[in-house]
Amino acid sequence: MWQESVNTIVYQWFGLSRGDKLADALNFFIYDTVKILLLLTTIIFAITLLRSYFSTEKVRVYLSKKHEFTGNVLAALFGIITPFCSCSAIPLFLGFLQARIPLGVTFSYLISAPLNNEIAIAMLLSMFGWKVAALYIGFGLLVAIVGGIVIGRLGLEKEILIEVKPLVGEIIADEQKIAFSVRLKDAKEYTQEILTKTWIYVLAGVGVGAFIHGYVPTEFIVRVAGADNIFAVPIATLLGVPMYSNAAGVMPLIEVLTSKGMLMGTALSFMMAITALSLPEAMILKRIMSLKLIGIFFGTVTLGIIGVGYLFNALL
Amino acid sequence: MKIEILGTGCSKCKALEEATKQAVAQSGTFAQIEKVEDIQKIMEYGVMSTPGFVIDGKVLSTGKLLSINEIKDLIHAH
Repeated sequence: MWQESVNTIVYQWFGLSRGDKLADALNFFIYDTVKILLLLTTIIFAITLLRSYFSTEKVRVYLSKKHEFTGNVLAALFGIITPFCSCSAIPLFLGFLQARIPLGVTFSYLISAPLNNEIAIAMLLSMFGWKVAALYIGFGLLVAIVGGIVIGRLGLEKEILIEVKPLVGEIIADEQKIAFSVRLKDAKEYTQEILTKTWIYVLAGVGVGAFIHGYVPTEFIVRVAGADNIFAVPIATLLGVPMYSNAAGVMPLIEVLTSKGMLMGTALSFMMAITALSLPEAMILKRIMSLKLIGIFFGTVTLGIIGVGYLFNALL
Repeated sequence: MKIEILGTGCSKCKALEEATKQAVAQSGTFAQIEKVEDIQKIMEYGVMSTPGFVIDGKVLSTGKLLSINEIKDLIHAH
């Protein structure tokens, strides 16, 4: 229905003819931006509201009673439902260790939380549908669980540069009683905040996507990012690692690239690399852990993501 | 009254410090405001999502940029 309205705007009001490259690009741009921004608003609002019921403090109490493996799995799962911002990575990391949660379990959480951030999930749902979103979350959990177990096994506790004093005695999380109306208000404000920060990236992403959609030949993309190029997965992953804040802008690009022949596994690797690892996060973590540990952390996750890409391309 | 803002320097923490200053000025009470950036100290409060809002050693809010009115309510309730 929305597509028909856009058709009317582009072909009748603007008087552009169908099949014209500019008309196609414009049609795609209008259709996609409005669709994405609407869905983004709805989904981010819903996720934020849901998340207000889970706090990292409660998760910490729960995880401190679990052992390895179970702990890794649960930590990765909690990464989906708890809010995370790279600026609280340090207090969170140290807070977990303080509660005597094993290093590997802490890393499972630290990998999963940014990977399953609300913007990425909202963008995936609105552009690729629930199946791809579910695959992304599923494989993301796998990377977080395995990555955490691997790091935990390497015995890297001495690579933490700050002395962590374990909390003594029973750890309790104070329940903050918040009225539903306040939760609604907070979710609304947070959604507005995210949108004001990301709308420009969405527009830019869809703009470049529209250009590719209209002008870049399919054969070119198939050659560079399709099945013919066996290095597409590692290249996409390495390109994605330094990016972060513009996840909202890269997703529309990936949508266009996949519709033009980029393999889904390559696309998944790219998206995961963008969200899971970022240079700003590495800079922040440098204050509390050695470069060696950051290197191992980034290396393990990068390898995991590349593995997911190849696995997925082979299966599909 | 001593109000502490716990935060490692993220933008929300700075905004909360600013809002607290205004809230204190508007509420007409006397309060000492301190920004705590030392991670060890923040950990001692058991706060994991910054910014944290503390009055007289009691953590009243975490991970949230409180509005001026919300801060005034917390000050009065204390």
